[in-house]
Amino acid sequence: MSSVASVHSLWTVAAGAPGKIPGPHIEYAQLSPTLIVLGAAVIGVLIEAFVPRAARYYSQLLLSLVALAAAFAAVIGLAAGGFGSSKAHIAAMGAIAVDGPALFLQGTILLVSLIAVFTFAERRLDPAAHGKRVDSFAAEAAAVPGGAAEQAAVKAGFTTTEVFPILLFAVGGMLVFPAANDLLTLFVALEVFSLPLYILCALARRQRLLSQEAAVKYFLLGAFSSAFLLFGVALLYGYAGTVTYAGIAEVVSDGAKQIDPALAGTMGNDALLLIGGALVLMGLLFKVGAVPFHMWTPDVYQGAPTPVTGFMAAATKVAAFGALLRLLYVVLPGLRWDWRPVLWGVAILTMLGGAVVAITQTDIKRLLAYSSIAHAGFILAGVIATSEDGVSSVLFYLGAYSFVTLGAFAVVTLVRDAGGEATQLSKWAGLGRRSPLVAAVFAVFLLAFAGIPLTSGFAGKFAVFKAAAQSGAGWLVVVGVISSAIAAFFYIRVIVLMFFNEPKADGPTVAVPSPLTTTAIAIGVTATLVLGLAPQYFLDLAGQAGVFVR
Amino acid sequence: MSFPLLTATAVVPAVGAIATAALPAAKRTAAKWLALLFSLITFALALVVAFRFDPGAGAPFQLTESHAWIRDFGVRYELGVDGIAVALIALTTLLIPFIILAGWHDADPLEEATPNRRWRPTQGFFALILAVEAMVVLSFEATDVFLFYIFFEAMLIPMYFLIGGFGDRAGRDGEEEAAGRRSYAAVKFLLYNLAGGLIMLAAVIGLYAVTADQLGTGTFSLQQIVEARTAGTLNIGTGTERLLFLGFFFAFAVKAPLWPLHTWLPGAMGESTSPVAVLITAVVDKVGTFAMLRFCLQLFPEASSWATPVILVLALISIVYGALLAVAQRDIKRLIAYASISHFGFIILGIFAMTSQGQGGATLYMVNHGISTAALMLVAGFLISRRGSRLIADYGGVQKVAPVLAGTFLIGGLATLSLPGLAPFVSEFLVLVGTFTRYPVIGIIATLGIVLAALYVLVLYQRTMTGPVKAEVTNMPDLRVRELVVVAPLIALLLFLGVYPKPLTDLVNPAVQHTLSVVDKKDPKPTVQVNAVPGEGRHGHAANDQDVEAAK
Repeated sequence: MSSVASVHSLWTVAAGAPGKIPGPHIEYAQLSPTLIVLGAAVIGVLIEAFVPRAARYYSQLLLSLVALAAAFAAVIGLAAGGFGSSKAHIAAMGAIAVDGPALFLQGTILLVSLIAVFTFAERRLDPAAHGKRVDSFAAEAAAVPGGAAEQAAVKAGFTTTEVFPILLFAVGGMLVFPAANDLLTLFVALEVFSLPLYILCALARRQRLLSQEAAVKYFLLGAFSSAFLLFGVALLYGYAGTVTYAGIAEVVSDGAKQIDPALAGTMGNDALLLIGGALVLMGLLFKVGAVPFHMWTPDVYQGAPTPVTGFMAAATKVAAFGALLRLLYVVLPGLRWDWRPVLWGVAILTMLGGAVVAITQTDIKRLLAYSSIAHAGFILAGVIATSEDGVSSVLFYLGAYSFVTLGAFAVVTLVRDAGGEATQLSKWAGLGRRSPLVAAVFAVFLLAFAGIPLTSGFAGKFAVFKAAAQSGAGWLVVVGVISSAIAAFFYIRVIVLMFFNEPKADGPTVAVPSPLTTTAIAIGVTATLVLGLAPQYFLDLAGQAGVFVR
Repeated sequence: MSFPLLTATAVVPAVGAIATAALPAAKRTAAKWLALLFSLITFALALVVAFRFDPGAGAPFQLTESHAWIRDFGVRYELGVDGIAVALIALTTLLIPFIILAGWHDADPLEEATPNRRWRPTQGFFALILAVEAMVVLSFEATDVFLFYIFFEAMLIPMYFLIGGFGDRAGRDGEEEAAGRRSYAAVKFLLYNLAGGLIMLAAVIGLYAVTADQLGTGTFSLQQIVEARTAGTLNIGTGTERLLFLGFFFAFAVKAPLWPLHTWLPGAMGESTSPVAVLITAVVDKVGTFAMLRFCLQLFPEASSWATPVILVLALISIVYGALLAVAQRDIKRLIAYASISHFGFIILGIFAMTSQGQGGATLYMVNHGISTAALMLVAGFLISRRGSRLIADYGGVQKVAPVLAGTFLIGGLATLSLPGLAPFVSEFLVLVGTFTRYPVIGIIATLGIVLAALYVLVLYQRTMTGPVKAEVTNMPDLRVRELVVVAPLIALLLFLGVYPKPLTDLVNPAVQHTLSVVDKKDPKPTVQVNAVPGEGRHGHAANDQDVEAAK
């Protein structure tokens, strides 16, 4: 009875004074990176509708590149304007944080996406179908694989230029995800970037069934994790009476000051906090690909078109770790003693699990998937540090890792045989003899994954392990180096295969890419080496970006 | 600011590596000459370093360079050399030209191979050798733990490609099988060393955490840490210090290699070409023993003392076990590899005997072992390339067909068994004396290694060089001019340092004294003066001759 009354009173209060509802105050300039990208995505959809088919590819490519570059420039502008440090604050009525970590991660995501667009737009690798150049994406995604409609679409030379706006939507969501400052924004951002990714996964031109299967798996598991996250959000709301990060954090540390009559039975109930926090954490760990929420990773990485895999592996990880950091450092620092042991366990499982299972893989994309799981474990070690150093080390690691990943997957798109990309590891035998340069570049990426000194992988690994050791997680570091040693084994195995094994007679060839993929790979190699040899500038950058606004 | 001499010594071979690698496939000969030229320039620079270095000066490190590098990690680009480093840099840069000359034809493409514009093994081979040289030199020069670690680890990669990518021309079994065994050896080498290195990484990070915790800012500077420890501002807890020590020592023991972490060495040396085998054992492995002296002892003096008994026993096992397995080998290169394990046992024994003779002797041993193994292994390589087999049983009577080859092989072998008058004798003797003054029993058991050395070397010589001439050997050509140019200087050096080791001991001793003073160890009485070596020589001479007689 009383609850009905209170709900009623809520409603009447809200509706009672319509004139007093203030218009939302939005700082458009500070949100410009996201707005530019989402705006461009909308324009991209319009291009699909109104521009003739022949001109779509170039206009979409140009639009995507310009939008991402402009958004990146906006991020730089905001950072230069001091929004990363002194002017850091919470914008858009408490929904979005504009602070150091957010800007750093947004910048990284934008750069990664910019390079990903290059690989998306590559049209020289696949043999021309009926005299028209094609990319890695299905001619007509809606056509049944192997059916007549598909053949007709291929014959007509259709290409799915929709991938560009879809990519832009995903990027838009990713930009918001690490900056989200309340749980609902977090959830919306999650969905905004997840749904386009599910679609992108299903769009492979070759092996379409595998690709669609991957997309369905990703979608189902992703939907589950979203549900968990949403349930956790509801429980946290019940606990704190608010969904804003600062509000929840306040209730966590000081207890509820004003009990909302509607939530009298739940507010301040620690069970809700713990279960809700755990569920939200689960949703984020799923996106990160941490054990035991990693099951989707290998299948999706393998089935998705390789440019999409590269983009997903790099950008999703950046965005998801950003959100995870903010959640743990802003919302739940008061709960540190509860979540740290859990994350210890998750980190150890993830590092060892990823590294051990990767040893048995026979497909290069699956191998890189398990390697990405192991890397998620290393990054978690930095997250657990719960210090400013920890944040900046994670930021640095994410930046370093995403360029290596993009480059590595870009190289995977080059190695092809009659059936498309030759991802079977056994087919890579002797690649170093046939194409020393491509093999050497891939070896550089593998060495960076393995964390060999003078590559960015080493600098990143050192940064997170250092932060972890300083926070007293010495044994975590020991597990980390042991799993690095295990991981080194399978990276080295690929190098052995490429350089020391005799090439097979029917082995794959290395396709000569257009300048687009070449640029992407070159940027990847350059970033890998520069961040390995002279990381100081970027460490500074990440160091300045190590403080969250509350 | 003065000329950065130490940096230059490392940059020249690095530039050489890039330049050599950049040459087009057709310019194979040019690549070889270019690599040789760069290695000679490097050697010249190392000589300048040796002359500019003043052993008498008080500072522990000279010719220092220091620049900020990665501030966030407390890492500085800090270089400096002490006498030990100068000697080892000189050794490294001296050996590289010989290695390049000896490997002149090792990486030529097979004649039946189809020309491939992109595949340039020759350029790669020499570029990798120079890259290894650059990294080894830098790791000898680095006085920042992190900087050292980076090159210590990074040198594995070019080494790995040298072992796995280039081998002797296929012998009795096909190219395919040889390649398989080679890549197995390379992977084993890499995984062992990488695992060691990663465990060291944990210790490196731990060291940073400790210094950051106690000094306010984390540092990797060897000098700063040593000073802070003597000043008392840095107190590493006993347990922590031991763990950190073990982390460092494990990596160095794999590299050195110490029993039971040695199993990668025979494979790696056996399957690679002999110049690469020399590079492994005479150059790269020295970084391990060198680092024990420079980092293990100086950073963790107390833990070093704590671990000494165990390490001495392990070293002793290495000496005897390596020698015993060498006796049992049927493969010439694996025999030399096991002999090296035995010798590394001596070096580690000398280091951890914690006496000035022991450590001085160990440092001399590093240099002399480098030269003597290089001589023996390279001549063995020339021999193997003529017959296409590594098995001892495939040879016989070579001295009648190729007397110069046999003679140089004998001298290399005699140096390996530490015949008095040749350089290794001095160092082995010093190590034994240094050990004996503190640990008599261990010293006595270690002499077993000498007896066994006489056995495996002389039996090897007897079976391959003497006896009736085997049919396959009859047309064996003697050493060519290029090969003589490689061997003659090495032998001359062995003789010179055998009778007059003073320049080396003068260079090394102050550094050894400094290390010992950090570890806070004094020689037990009665002290045996290191300078009295020539006089001591006669005594050991007799004893050793008896050993040789006994072995015969």
